[in-house]
Amino acid sequence: MENEEPRIGVFVCECGVNIGGYLDTQAVADYALTLPNVVHTKVNKFTCADSGQAEIQAGIKEHNLNRVVVASCTPRTHEPTFRACCKEAGVNPYQFEFVNIRDQCSWIHMWDWEGATAKAKDLVRMGVARSRLLEPLDESSVPVDQNVLVIGAGVAGMQAAIDFGDMGYNVYLVEKGPSIGGRMARFDKVFPTNDCSICILGPKMVEVARNKNINIMSYSEVTDVDGFVGNFEVTVLHKPRYLDTDICTGCGACQEVCPVELPSEFNENFGIRKAIYIPFPQAVPMRAVLDKDNCIGCKACEKACEAGAIRYDQEPIYEKLKVGVITVAVGMDAFDPLPHNNYGYGLYDNVITTMEFERLLNAAGPTGGHVVRPSDAVEPITVGFINCVGSRDVNENIYCSGGVCCMFSIKNAQLLKEKRPETNHYIFYMDIRSTMRGFEEAYNRARDLGVKFIRGKPVEITEKENGNIVVRVEDTLKGEIVNVELDLLVLGTGLVPNEGISEMGSILKLPRSADGFLTELHPKLAPVDTTTDGVFVAGCAAGPRDIAYATAHGSATAGRATRLLSVGSAPIMGITARIDEDKCVVCGVCVDKCPYGVFEIVGTNGDRRINVVEALCKGCGTCVTACPTGALEQSHFKNDQVLAQVRNVFQYGGE
Amino acid sequence: MAEATATGTTSEEWQPKIVMFCCNWCSYGGADSAGMGRFQQPPTVRVIRVMCSGRMDPVFILNAFLEGADGVIFSGCHIGDCHYVNGNYKATIKYKFLKAMVNELGLEDERLKLDWISASEGERYANVVTEFTEQIKKVGPSPLKPEGVV
Repeated sequence: MENEEPRIGVFVCECGVNIGGYLDTQAVADYALTLPNVVHTKVNKFTCADSGQAEIQAGIKEHNLNRVVVASCTPRTHEPTFRACCKEAGVNPYQFEFVNIRDQCSWIHMWDWEGATAKAKDLVRMGVARSRLLEPLDESSVPVDQNVLVIGAGVAGMQAAIDFGDMGYNVYLVEKGPSIGGRMARFDKVFPTNDCSICILGPKMVEVARNKNINIMSYSEVTDVDGFVGNFEVTVLHKPRYLDTDICTGCGACQEVCPVELPSEFNENFGIRKAIYIPFPQAVPMRAVLDKDNCIGCKACEKACEAGAIRYDQEPIYEKLKVGVITVAVGMDAFDPLPHNNYGYGLYDNVITTMEFERLLNAAGPTGGHVVRPSDAVEPITVGFINCVGSRDVNENIYCSGGVCCMFSIKNAQLLKEKRPETNHYIFYMDIRSTMRGFEEAYNRARDLGVKFIRGKPVEITEKENGNIVVRVEDTLKGEIVNVELDLLVLGTGLVPNEGISEMGSILKLPRSADGFLTELHPKLAPVDTTTDGVFVAGCAAGPRDIAYATAHGSATAGRATRLLSVGSAPIMGITARIDEDKCVVCGVCVDKCPYGVFEIVGTNGDRRINVVEALCKGCGTCVTACPTGALEQSHFKNDQVLAQVRNVFQYGGE
Repeated sequence: MAEATATGTTSEEWQPKIVMFCCNWCSYGGADSAGMGRFQQPPTVRVIRVMCSGRMDPVFILNAFLEGADGVIFSGCHIGDCHYVNGNYKATIKYKFLKAMVNELGLEDERLKLDWISASEGERYANVVTEFTEQIKKVGPSPLKPEGVV
């Protein structure tokens, strides 16, 4: 193949006007034809469309091309498309070269036609130079382990686990908390249909428990993930519950006798739980958990436990799992208004958050479903809701939480109004974002019920002596300042990334976006894939989402991952490190440099050599740079291939 | 072709030519994000994609200067976020070495820059390019640039 004279075709994409509107694509194509080994050029309206791809394939046939260069958008989205197109027409996919003249040229020099055109020519020249040196490579594949890891057992993770389990794959469902169910277990009712949250979630939790293919690992955390697509090695920490879960029946006798009372996290710190407790009445698994930090060691629970399940000396256990694919569904947190005392939260008793309101409203909550205000436990008559707390705010988070908080406030006002018709409700909003199916109808229903909507962002919150809250706000539709006196103020807090997301991102090598949530491979066309092959993301881990959206994404990860599981093998890129044993002196520098353990020194004395385990190589190329003798090369990013680009940034003026 | 290049005579002001090495996962994505957000920047930078900043061979950078680069940036994921565990950390070690080499070559310190840019930091990418271009304009054309090279 090396003797074959390169015959390069250069295809320049106009991308409609995305490229063609900002630089001279024809001039770029004409220039390309003057470059050595370029035998064919063409400008396409849309190179990636069927017609554009047909033009590439026709070019390959007519001009007997053995290398293809496409100057268009970005390899991050379209390289696989063009590689496949080349492969179909008999050109090795690795002898295709991408030149980025849209994202990194026409879009960022929109008002510099000359500059953008000149830059595009330089980039094409660099690409052609590299293309000339590209070698054909084979893609290999690795077997895919048939076990699945799902991290997080909220509604998204549960749905993923159910789908994997139903398709016959063994699932490890790891949940940090003592019960599965996630946030949804704490809601009272859910919009837009206002059905009881636990009534629809409870059966799903039982379905998870009953599914023979799902191993629930509650009160456990993933602490390390090693390996690669199809072959992940996962370390799971099982935190001690201080009881034998095989024996515990979840009867709750222990929590009856425990003398230690603590704020109940499940009830948003309203109400109490004991130091040993059942997480909540519908918990799965229905097992107690002992909070050792707050246990006083009185052993009352041990005496009360008829089954004899209490084990005070339990230690953390680390378990190793082997899995082929991973779904990450670590969920979100609600925005915390406490640090900045947004809208008087933390300063005034009668300012609470939406999640707190949710627990007060819940019949199984600390007040038995009676919404009372914290200062005097009186049921409020006039209640206000402020939307966009911590969202759409340059001081907190600029993003919108996807209409979730709008709908929360609308739903909660409605529910209390239905429960106690004598109550009055105000919703202070910037815009109502009722975008999904049935949301607008729910909004109209609230208006019909008499909920008053005031468009404006409150500027001042004050507390009166009787504990009432006064909201000062400009009603921007009427153009007047109003002061509204309320018995209770509820903050519609936005959704923020889960506190553990940064650690999870590091463990799985997943990037996070500017908003702090995990980044999908592509926001539109690969919304549950990630940059790590074999790892998928579902639910609020990748941005604010409602329940329907999170559930759909949970299923989507199962679907995407099953492509690998059912075939049983995953392709791996051909850009791995290769060794030239004639040049290698077995110094072992690469052994230390490689984070994946690709290299090992084998043999003794005169027979020593470096063994390369190609399947472990992820193609970073760090070893190549470190190798002092030049024995290592990274396929597709060989030294001379990169240097060809460097040299072709420049040219002699007279050329 | 001189008149058709960015460094040519079409604009009155001298425009430097900068070679930028970006890792595939973060900085190249950041460059794409700058495009998606339409963050405008001077057309002075030519990006070369490598898979990881750890692949950054000092030979690439020294070659860029010898060929005529007025400035070189190399960029990867933020420390702790490397797609390949810690390739970016290894890049910092090379950066220290390269800084010394750049002086040996008789070039100014400011011509070499290491910066971490994540895939979401499109606006920051544009700012880095714009600010570095300004910086290089102040330092002027590279004394190593071979005669007649654009």
